[in-house]
Amino acid sequence: METTVTTANSEEKTWGGGNEPMGASYGKLMMWFFIVSDALTFSGFLAAYGFSRFKFIETWPLADEVFTHFPFMHGVSAPMYYVAFMTFILIFSSVTMVLAVDAGHSLNKGKVTIYMFLTIIGGLIFVGSQAWEWKNFIKGEYGAIETKGGSLLQFVDKEGHRVALADFAATLPEERAQLGRDKAKWFMSEPVLPTYSVAEVQAGFKSHPDILVRTEVLKNKQKTVLSREESELRLSQAAIVIEGANLERNEYGSKLFADFFFFITGFHGFHVFSGVVFNIIIFFNVLLGTYDKRKSYEMVEKVGLYWHFVDLVWVFVFTFFYLV
Amino acid sequence: MSHEHVSNEKRIWTVFGLLSLITIVEVFFGIVKPDFLHMNSFLAMTLLNWLFIILTIVKAYYIVWAFMHMEGEKSTLKNAVVLPLIFLILYLVFILLTEGNYIYEVFKNSTIKWNF
Repeated sequence: METTVTTANSEEKTWGGGNEPMGASYGKLMMWFFIVSDALTFSGFLAAYGFSRFKFIETWPLADEVFTHFPFMHGVSAPMYYVAFMTFILIFSSVTMVLAVDAGHSLNKGKVTIYMFLTIIGGLIFVGSQAWEWKNFIKGEYGAIETKGGSLLQFVDKEGHRVALADFAATLPEERAQLGRDKAKWFMSEPVLPTYSVAEVQAGFKSHPDILVRTEVLKNKQKTVLSREESELRLSQAAIVIEGANLERNEYGSKLFADFFFFITGFHGFHVFSGVVFNIIIFFNVLLGTYDKRKSYEMVEKVGLYWHFVDLVWVFVFTFFYLV
Repeated sequence: MSHEHVSNEKRIWTVFGLLSLITIVEVFFGIVKPDFLHMNSFLAMTLLNWLFIILTIVKAYYIVWAFMHMEGEKSTLKNAVVLPLIFLILYLVFILLTEGNYIYEVFKNSTIKWNF
């Protein structure tokens, strides 16, 4: 029964085992197929984002009004620059990764070590930047009002510049203590109270005649600013003061916007984090000379594939969250 | 598996320059938003968004082909990875965006309102 016996180097039987029909080793091939499935996961998230955005196309927040912070430039509106910086960091760490793979082909241990190290640093800077971005997003800048009907009101001056609640809200003698478990029965507590109450915002609005309400509705790619009378009418239906963002509501607009932001950038950030962990493991293996003894730096190539994939996903997140 | 030890550092830096250039162009247009691109649309999407999406796909091509070294792989591997992704992603995006737009129109034109 010689036909059923497959030897390690039977070149004529491509699928008989013992060879590599796709010209890639088992590990590399499986990394590719993992990437395919992970790419589909991210596509699912981004397509779901597109679904929700199309559903609320007239009221979706404008990204360049939301992400305007840049380190050490407080109060300056700098849309996009910070995410562009993050994109560069990630692309550059991809370059150092591919340089490490390249040095691995010529078994140059010193170069692989340096480039792997730079890649890890790049990844850490990126994760840190994302944490800073999240901090700003959660903290918020201007604050807003949610009406009883669930729509969001923001405040602008006569020129259309945003006005923060802190700039006009009145201070009323209505001190209200946070209900905590120490002050109540054990099952009673409440979420963190906003800095201003609805009555304080309404009173402040009355005493500042040059402030107008801006709704979520987009007209000619701009948010609609109401007249003073309409503003007063809408503000009389105010229900909740919103500062910053959480999973339930946010001061930027559609509730789903913050949910998708947290979920998609969070899931991507987790990929970057695990990529950094993989890179550190491989980095120490390089230092110990594991691949030098093996005479093959293919493991560097495999984590490299994963790392480039993380960069690839960020390119799409950047486009669909910040640009489009 | 090819075992040529030719270093392609030069190509890596060229691709890096190209990716940086595309990112700078994207950010430039994202901040300036010129009216002739932002206000005109083609096939229900603004020209600006077409530009962003096309540039993104160009970037993705260079990352996969140059950095992930897909250009050196056999065509069976190329097809096994790329074709399912192109087909499934286009399909998913098509059905979800169509459905999202349909729900938007139901809320807009019928008596059901999400916002009172």
